[in-house]
Amino acid sequence: MSRSVPGASWRKPLATTLQLGVHLGALLPLLWLFVAINQGRLGGDPVKELIHYLGMGAVRLLLLTLLVSPLAKSLHFGQLNRLRRPLGLWCFAWATLHFLTWLVLDLGLDWSLIGGELVKRTYILLGFSAWLMLLALAITSFPALLKKMGRSWKKLHGLLYIVVLLACWHFWWSVKSGWIEPAVYLGLAIILLAWRRDSVRRWLKSW
Amino acid sequence: MLIKSPKSHTLREAHITPETAYVSRRRVLAGLGAGIGSLLLARQSHGLDLLGGKSRQAAPRKPLTFTAHKPAPELILTPEPKVITHNNFYEFGTGKTDPAENSQHLKTEPWTLRVEGEVEKPATVDVWKLMNEIGLEERIYRMRCVEAWSMVIPWVGFELGKFLQRFAPTSRARYVAFETLYDPEQMPGQRNRYVGGGVDYPYVEGLRMDEAMHPLTILSVGLYGKTLPPQNGAPIRLVVPWKYGFKGIKSIVKIKLVERMPPTSWNKLAPQEYGFYANVNPAVDHPRWSQASERFIGPGGLFSVKRQPTLPFNGYGEEVAGLYSGMNLKKFY
Repeated sequence: MSRSVPGASWRKPLATTLQLGVHLGALLPLLWLFVAINQGRLGGDPVKELIHYLGMGAVRLLLLTLLVSPLAKSLHFGQLNRLRRPLGLWCFAWATLHFLTWLVLDLGLDWSLIGGELVKRTYILLGFSAWLMLLALAITSFPALLKKMGRSWKKLHGLLYIVVLLACWHFWWSVKSGWIEPAVYLGLAIILLAWRRDSVRRWLKSW
Repeated sequence: MLIKSPKSHTLREAHITPETAYVSRRRVLAGLGAGIGSLLLARQSHGLDLLGGKSRQAAPRKPLTFTAHKPAPELILTPEPKVITHNNFYEFGTGKTDPAENSQHLKTEPWTLRVEGEVEKPATVDVWKLMNEIGLEERIYRMRCVEAWSMVIPWVGFELGKFLQRFAPTSRARYVAFETLYDPEQMPGQRNRYVGGGVDYPYVEGLRMDEAMHPLTILSVGLYGKTLPPQNGAPIRLVVPWKYGFKGIKSIVKIKLVERMPPTSWNKLAPQEYGFYANVNPAVDHPRWSQASERFIGPGGLFSVKRQPTLPFNGYGEEVAGLYSGMNLKKFY
């Protein structure tokens, strides 16, 4: 039974506005990136900056995605859950651009080098695994599939708990110096998982 | 074990261009570079003005008088705007564009360089005076960063070895230790560990005496015919073309000849990743990426970046491989 909450009338338009905000918030930085590259703002070798920028964006979107349901629960604001799907899909889009930039611009589609790097660098393997999981989640994100898959959909989408840990670990291992920034992200991920520890426990049991 | 660089990689007669041809081609290239540069910089400063509202004036650079010492090998120069906007100088931030943005106020004049330690005539040198009296030459060198990108840069400078002779090194001098300016007031990365990437400052580097005395090793005071911009290590920096770029310590204030191998900044931070020698070696991977190839930063935009094979000793094997004969370069990386 849904609780009647004062101010419920503005919750729906607020959720719609936030949804629009998610789309703009994820799209506008990509447009900025395009301009920045053209203006030389990313320096003489934009490739590394580009990879980093896209990867960081993906991690931030991932954390935001995980923030939605515990927030909706504690605020008794079920409409908020509508933000989960766009946030998750945008996270996948940013992660895909991050991955493609590495493949095409950094390694120049040199497949033997790419294969070698995937095998030899654990942090790249971690990132790649996280991306594969995001891919599976993105493919199965259609509402029609959600109904069709039932329980197994939930089981599959619980992989996001693993993805966030893999992504933060990948970030941690990829930096040349300065562990503070990745530590902050890992800390946030752990807080978000701890906040929903019951769901995480239930998900782990479902396997 | 003697590691000999493959012949196909070294520069040979066919790769050498007559000086006249090279000079005229360089003028064309420089013209192109300047054209692109002014375009880029104009747009860039415009963008910065929009954002910050501050006018960031680039530190002035003075023209230098120098001779082109050797005919330049067939190398494509990295355009000047890229050389001066893509820098690692963590004292001014860890982002590649941070140094160019945050270092313009660095007070580089006057600048003194102290040479001491195992020398008979320790002295303090006025770097700007030195620049005017010492014979400067242009050296076009490949620059390979440990992060697997590379550039080709026309440095202006003088041989470190000849310079060190002035101070009469003693027989006990086995290593050379270098130190960068320590001035937290001017260098935000030294004020704040987070900005400075966790490096223990002042930045220090070192060479073995024979490496320092090698004629390829130079102290650079300029690039593209003008004095160095702060982000590239003004007013004086080290360039060792067969080693990864981080050995090229910037904005040097002290050179000390010592008996024992001196500490080096990146080695202190991550010894498993950055060795003392740091010779460019495609056969020894960095733990997090392959060193077998590199992205050359040349003319052109984002999609023209090319990956090219990395050469042993960055292509200078014929000259320097002998320095390491008998050493296991996988161990002494």
